[in-house]
Amino acid sequence: MTHSVLTAALAAEAATLGYDDHVVFSGLDLHIEPGTVTTLIGANGCGKSTLLKAFGRLLTPSAGSIRLEGTPLRRLSARAVARRLAILPQKPLTPGATTVRDLVMRGRHPHQRLLRPWTAEDAAKVEAAIDATGMTELADRDVGSLSGGQLQRAWIALVLAQDAPTILLDEPTTFLDLSHQLEVLRLVRTINARHGSTIVMVLHDLSLAARYSDRLVVLHQGRVLADGEPWQVITPEVLATAFGLDALVIADPASGRPLVVPLEPTGAHEGAARAPAAAVGGPARPDGASDAGRPGTEPSRGLPLRVGYPS
Amino acid sequence: MASSALTAVRVVRVNATLSLGVALLVVILASLALGSNPISPAQVVQALVDPTNDPDGVVWGSRVPRTLLGLLVGFCLGVAGVVMQGQTGNPLADPGLFGVSSGASLAVVLGAFVLGHNSMSAALFLAMIGALVASVGVFAIATLSRDLANPVPLAIAGTAVSALLNAVISFLVLTNQSSLEAYRVWVVGSLSGRGLDGLPPALLVAAVGLALALVNARSLNSLTLGTELAQGLGETLWRARLVGLAAITLTTASAVALAGPIGFIGLTAPHIARAIVGGNHFRLLPASGLIGAITLLGCDVVGRVIGGQAEVPVGVVLAVLGGVAFVAIVRRTKLAAL
Repeated sequence: MTHSVLTAALAAEAATLGYDDHVVFSGLDLHIEPGTVTTLIGANGCGKSTLLKAFGRLLTPSAGSIRLEGTPLRRLSARAVARRLAILPQKPLTPGATTVRDLVMRGRHPHQRLLRPWTAEDAAKVEAAIDATGMTELADRDVGSLSGGQLQRAWIALVLAQDAPTILLDEPTTFLDLSHQLEVLRLVRTINARHGSTIVMVLHDLSLAARYSDRLVVLHQGRVLADGEPWQVITPEVLATAFGLDALVIADPASGRPLVVPLEPTGAHEGAARAPAAAVGGPARPDGASDAGRPGTEPSRGLPLRVGYPS
Repeated sequence: MASSALTAVRVVRVNATLSLGVALLVVILASLALGSNPISPAQVVQALVDPTNDPDGVVWGSRVPRTLLGLLVGFCLGVAGVVMQGQTGNPLADPGLFGVSSGASLAVVLGAFVLGHNSMSAALFLAMIGALVASVGVFAIATLSRDLANPVPLAIAGTAVSALLNAVISFLVLTNQSSLEAYRVWVVGSLSGRGLDGLPPALLVAAVGLALALVNARSLNSLTLGTELAQGLGETLWRARLVGLAAITLTTASAVALAGPIGFIGLTAPHIARAIVGGNHFRLLPASGLIGAITLLGCDVVGRVIGGQAEVPVGVVLAVLGGVAFVAIVRRTKLAAL
């Protein structure tokens, strides 16, 4: 236990989190392993963003502690934290009359000092971040003129320029259409693969979360309801408890990851939702093939098509 | 393609800097040459090079100090406006928002009420004290909300304190003749006849304020991304706020003490600067300061010329010309938001 607290990129230790008189989590324990992509999911108001803010030092636990690479956050200065951890909030303000490059440059803030001018290293990191997010062509455009997807990539470039090993993203795909959501999440995976960054994000789309995360953490009523690999976590039982949702879980034919198919809340589906075997063999398969459930249909993971249970 | 766009941006920036420089030179020369006693530019240059060759001592005796005064006051107001708008996240915030102008005015009126008469240097001193006391009072009240990171309590406290001080000013002015006289002279911002004996302390205060504004530039860059992202970038909010507030108070207090309450510049110079140099505060602060200086001095020259012997105070010129100019700017270009 102590060992993993010290090696984890981020760890909540018996943390009590909340606002003024309203406690969201009490005695929460959670470790985030370095170099992984972890996604926090749960119903609106379950505390996903609260936990992310606490990880990002935007919210101080009233009891317990949050550790960043083994050191309690409260012992670190804002600057020291910002060099090791970057956070992209849900709704940053878009500044006026600012080019993409100017915006990304602001990510170098924690590395700069009052009397130390802009260095070649700062410039290199900014250009690398712009390049990695595919913003090179748009670098001199005013951020006010960007589309939603381009703007989100500009924000991610800013966070990348911060050059921190741990990155927190609060709903990075909100307001984006599906192809731009995919673009952002692929970018997240690329960043993780290329820099070994630890990434913790909040997402609402369960299937996308399952597809692009190493680990999912389901939060419900101030505790961790389920925690593990996507197949361990995305189950009809968990979905019913966390979201009050009747749903089938099938294998995504493209990725082999769990895919959530919500059911209409009519009595007719009661049986189906509670009977996994019937569900997976059902017409949810796009090609209607009868080989559903065979290992060979899930290329990337080789897991049998099944309904998992939290272990 | 990307590189040509980059060059285009650079060219625009160079042109902007160049034209600001030219405008500044023109305004300075005009301020030295024009007035109720016009002097040719050649004579101005002669007098500047050789002070003994100064016709009636006008250039060195009154034009140079007045020009320097205008540059300083305008620069301070332009800078204070940028810091105020960046700190509050409100593009309509004016540096007078924190009760600085009301505090200065009340001190001047009170001085006249108690002493019966104010010399200009006494008024300058009183205005400085009044401005500082009022803004410290506003901060103290805002601190009661225990949330210095939030600009809203500050703005509310500032508005409330200003309203209270203005009520007291009205009472004194309406009941006391010498207060009315002092207020009448004071309330119209002007560069003429202001005592220059008080200039050194005001200069010192202004210099500290401008230095703090520059120190605050990096914080302003991150604060305009929202407080959460600013914190994520390693900003300590209360410290960034405190430095910014001190910068606003000191620059505005010295400007108000030197020239009386001058509106408009603190509000508009930042917008014009943003349209020219963009939203990066390292460029925005000096650009807005320069635009403030050019505007104030330019309007002062206009006031001297159109008034003939009885010149029109710069505060009045600004209110009229500035208002028209701002409407024109708003109509022509979509002004950048913060």
